[in-house]
Amino acid sequence: MDDCDYYAPTDLADAVKHLSQSGARALAGGTDLLLQIRSGLQRPAAIVDLKNIADLGQVQIDAARVRVGSTVSGAELTANAALTACYPGVVEAAGLIGSTQVQGRATIGGNLCNGSPAADSVPALIAAGGVCDISGVNGERQIPVAELLIGPGQLDLQPGEIVAAIVLPRPAPGQADAYCRFIPRTEMDIAVAGVAVNLTLDDQGVCRQARVVIGGVAPTALLVPQAGDALVGTKLDATALAAAGAAASAAAKPISDKRGTAEFRRKIVGVLTRRVARIAADRTGRAG
Amino acid sequence: MARNQVTTTINGEQAEYLCDTTQSLLSVLRDELGLTGTKEGCGTGDCGACSVTVDGRLVCACLMLGVEAEGKQIETIEGVASSDGLHPLQQKLLEHAALQCGVCTPGIVIAGKALLAENPDPTEEQVRYWLAGNLCRCTGYDKIIRALLDCAAEMREVQ
Amino acid sequence: MNNPVDKPTEFKYVGTRSIRPDGVDKVTGRARFGADYSLPNMVHGAVLRSPIAHGRIVAINTDKAAALPGVVSVVTGADFPDIPRQMVPTGEQQVDIRDVAENIMARNKVFYHGHPVAAVAATSLKIAQQALALIDVEYEPLPLVMDLDTAQADDAPLLHPDQVTMTMAGPVEDARPSNVAMYMPLAKGDIEQGFADADLIVENCFETATVHQGYIEPHATLVDAQVGGRTRVWTCTQGGFLFRTLIAGALGEPVSQLQVIPTEIGGGFGGKLSIYLEPIGVILSRSCSRPVKMVMTREEVLRATGPASASRIWVKLGAKKDGTLVAAQAKLEFEAGGFKGSPMVPAVMTMVASYNIDNVLLEGYDVVVNKPKASAYRAPGAPQAAFAAESMIDELALKLKIDPVDLRLKNAVDEGDFAVYGPPFAAVGLKKSLQAVKEHPWYAEPLADNQGRGVALGFWFNVGMQSSATVRLNEDGAVTVVTGSPDIGGSRASMALFAAEELGVPPDRIQAIVGDTESIGYCDTTGGSRTTYATGMAVVEAARNAVTELRRRAALTWEVPVEQVDWIDGNAVDQSGGHEPLSLAQLTANAGPTGGPIEGTATLNAQGVGPGFGVQLCDVEVDPETGSSKILRYLVVQDVGKAVHPAYVEGQLQGGVVQGIGLALNEEYLYTDRGELDNAGFLDYRIPVASDVPMIETRMIEVPHPAHPYGVRGVGETPIVPPMATIANAISHAIGKRITRVPVSPPRLLALIDDQ
Repeated sequence: MDDCDYYAPTDLADAVKHLSQSGARALAGGTDLLLQIRSGLQRPAAIVDLKNIADLGQVQIDAARVRVGSTVSGAELTANAALTACYPGVVEAAGLIGSTQVQGRATIGGNLCNGSPAADSVPALIAAGGVCDISGVNGERQIPVAELLIGPGQLDLQPGEIVAAIVLPRPAPGQADAYCRFIPRTEMDIAVAGVAVNLTLDDQGVCRQARVVIGGVAPTALLVPQAGDALVGTKLDATALAAAGAAASAAAKPISDKRGTAEFRRKIVGVLTRRVARIAADRTGRAG
Repeated sequence: MARNQVTTTINGEQAEYLCDTTQSLLSVLRDELGLTGTKEGCGTGDCGACSVTVDGRLVCACLMLGVEAEGKQIETIEGVASSDGLHPLQQKLLEHAALQCGVCTPGIVIAGKALLAENPDPTEEQVRYWLAGNLCRCTGYDKIIRALLDCAAEMREVQ
Repeated sequence: MNNPVDKPTEFKYVGTRSIRPDGVDKVTGRARFGADYSLPNMVHGAVLRSPIAHGRIVAINTDKAAALPGVVSVVTGADFPDIPRQMVPTGEQQVDIRDVAENIMARNKVFYHGHPVAAVAATSLKIAQQALALIDVEYEPLPLVMDLDTAQADDAPLLHPDQVTMTMAGPVEDARPSNVAMYMPLAKGDIEQGFADADLIVENCFETATVHQGYIEPHATLVDAQVGGRTRVWTCTQGGFLFRTLIAGALGEPVSQLQVIPTEIGGGFGGKLSIYLEPIGVILSRSCSRPVKMVMTREEVLRATGPASASRIWVKLGAKKDGTLVAAQAKLEFEAGGFKGSPMVPAVMTMVASYNIDNVLLEGYDVVVNKPKASAYRAPGAPQAAFAAESMIDELALKLKIDPVDLRLKNAVDEGDFAVYGPPFAAVGLKKSLQAVKEHPWYAEPLADNQGRGVALGFWFNVGMQSSATVRLNEDGAVTVVTGSPDIGGSRASMALFAAEELGVPPDRIQAIVGDTESIGYCDTTGGSRTTYATGMAVVEAARNAVTELRRRAALTWEVPVEQVDWIDGNAVDQSGGHEPLSLAQLTANAGPTGGPIEGTATLNAQGVGPGFGVQLCDVEVDPETGSSKILRYLVVQDVGKAVHPAYVEGQLQGGVVQGIGLALNEEYLYTDRGELDNAGFLDYRIPVASDVPMIETRMIEVPHPAHPYGVRGVGETPIVPPMATIANAISHAIGKRITRVPVSPPRLLALIDDQ
């Protein structure tokens, strides 16, 4: 017998109440939390399962915005054609998290709130300008995804607060996104580095805005304005792509670990930036 | 607290059990219910030997709490064959000699069956990526992939 | 007895792709592996492992753990008997049983991170784990020895101060304490003259990483030791009898008190030739008088079992302009782990065994370091040696502008040639295999940018050794075949086919089972690619003995001389034509009145083992911006003697290749500077996944081995010998630089590509 309580509320208010207890942990897909419990890294006093809260499991798309509930799984996102049409990069990023088995469980909110510097969905959400809908015992608030993440495993969340949904603006005409990561194998690895690009091309194929976000190369995913600036005003020719890649490499603050050396990560993030920008541009249907 | 009382459906039959909150579904299946066909190869979701389906969705039983099974439909390897005989995928794995030691096989059967339910006509690449979470150290995957493609073709023909 | 002599040339069942007898159990989850066994009143064991990689155990206090409710036993090294040094034959090799005992449970020193220091049995696994945390161990850390250079430095910290460097003939001259446990030279001709005669000399130094066998089933055992009585051990093992020897040896007890029951085994590849948990289970079970179940986690498997040795091999080859090899010299250094016994010896013996070279000097070093004791891994030592040798053969071909297959053909051994380590080869299919590669359609196809093609060959001795088999004929004519060889890859299917062929009974009427140490005669391990060869030979002989008895029963029934009765296609046939044939089922149904149940048994020590040669070819594409390598296509050609069950032979070839792809591209143990394994999980110990590899094309060359009644030779190990070299050669050609270190992981390859 262990001393951990289990709650499976159907109501958000109940969930945040339970979560405000000392030692309570939110359970979404569980693919990170269960590992942390198994390894002794987490010894929760209570587990609050969020998956029975209907609102958290919805994807809603209206004229102005896309709202993705935090407990929507990777498999559900991938199967959502309307969402994929709006944010192919976000969907492909979420679809890269783990195996088919993990896809059936791992959620977008969990990937975000686990706080891993290498989380696949996070660069794409930041590049998309995502904002978190946060609920807590003291009410609701909104903060950009980029501001939620403070450091590895560290979030700007108070006890009892949860990310209920991530809200993205409806993409403008000519806007598209993409995400790629580098892993040693073809599957089943954690990203050594990942890059998301969200950009808009005008009808002449000239880039009018670009957000480049790099992951796995710093304590948190980094928006690299210099990389985006290198693309704006260009038709994403080789020179512009090279400049964006160089900016991404320069902005990276990687470490060496079992998944790759700092030098390797710095190089790779530049290569990925070039490749991902190209894919995103092609997805706009306006690239020359 | 007391242990959690869970009522669920396993291979079409109602099952009730008590489990600790942090006890995995895999531990419940193997240690509480004696369903040892589902294997533990890693306990961290990296090998797929503990593949089961939950409400038709393929998952690793080691990455799910036993308590989360409340009200769900669980299918394990023990429920795949019926009194009518083996599932076509089980038969094809045998015909293709697509197992050597056989410890990954229950997971391959469950994962492969889930693929065929979702995509009756997969390409080789789709099979390979779908099964990327099912490690096999013996076969080099070749015969497993062939068995699955052959099974898919035969099941399409029957329908 | 020795090998049966009668050799059929045409087969009815052998060579077919029958369904394995244990197939339904395996695809339905009924098959019971190591962790699937339980007993009433069972408790759970868990092991406390050293958090440091080298140190002296100053004190252990288990009082708090023992006091925890639910804990029924706590043991440390002090509870295990002191075992004198003694080399014990374990089939293919010998082990020092004292080392085995100290590897299982540390006594005064710990030699690697993860070395067991104590164990607990409790009423639940959770309580056992809680109890482990309550054991206080005080260590005096010692300097770390994590690599070959540190270990062999003049002032190296010594792991075992009483260890001196041995040779096959005794200690080396001026022996003093050393981390080098063994030195083995292998010499032929005049090496200096050889290089003097060469037109071209190439040399380089090659390194391989510590890797793991990576079987999917963690080690598990269930032990029921009765105080003052017998001990039963259920365990996933490659050899029930080997484990009986090792467990008894590590406990200083006679084997006769021990019954080892092999469970289904979820992969081994050599790693389940070593014992880890079983003696601990015995001590725990005795101390609490209850059955004890012990199951490793994946992390424990990677931290404390298996690994295959890291190596550094310097090699120098000399050749004439026409490609004739005239000299080969090498220094092979192998890490043994915390106790002596790396596969350095077979590495030395296999390294250039595929070639006729007049002048050879190979020198091997077995070096202890603070890593887990190396265990066998599929053709132990040969892949590392082949990586070095076959890379340099490739370099010679490149520089001499000779086709790499032609260069190998020119120097390849054939029937009558002497292996560098001594005996002459019987008929072998190396040249046929090389020809098959050369004639393969894609050998000559053009490659695109960033692509490379590699070829390499491999050799493994294979072994024979002792096996027993019983063939029982049931009253309904069905057949049960019992052997003592654990079925690790479908061997039951082959055993059934052997019996089917001899008896003339379809394989689906034959059940093949694996006996425990009390239900069948002694059988050496499932290892050394020996099961189909030697145990298969015993099944053939046992079936022939059963046939002899069947003929005798028919002769009795017909009241004719037994010489007048033939056995044809499952029936006793009266040569005179005076009686209707009697089927096997008719004879067994009437076995009672004619003398009782019918069975045949055989025990043998198989001689004249058939070596395995294989040649592999692959195309690789390198991403020069990321250092990523993709295997585009792969061909494995091997002389398989006679493919008894062709599908399972293909499976051995494919499986060996894909393991080799893992070793070539991504698998390696990564250590922190504290000597702690940093990637003890399948997430970061990266074995190939299904999407990493293409279909593996196989070509089976059948050159029958003359010493086996069906021409069988071992097939399981040879396939893992060439891949590291094959892939490294392909990548070398793709990037225009020689690969000298594996795995060629992306960071390593990109650094090499970018290095100006």
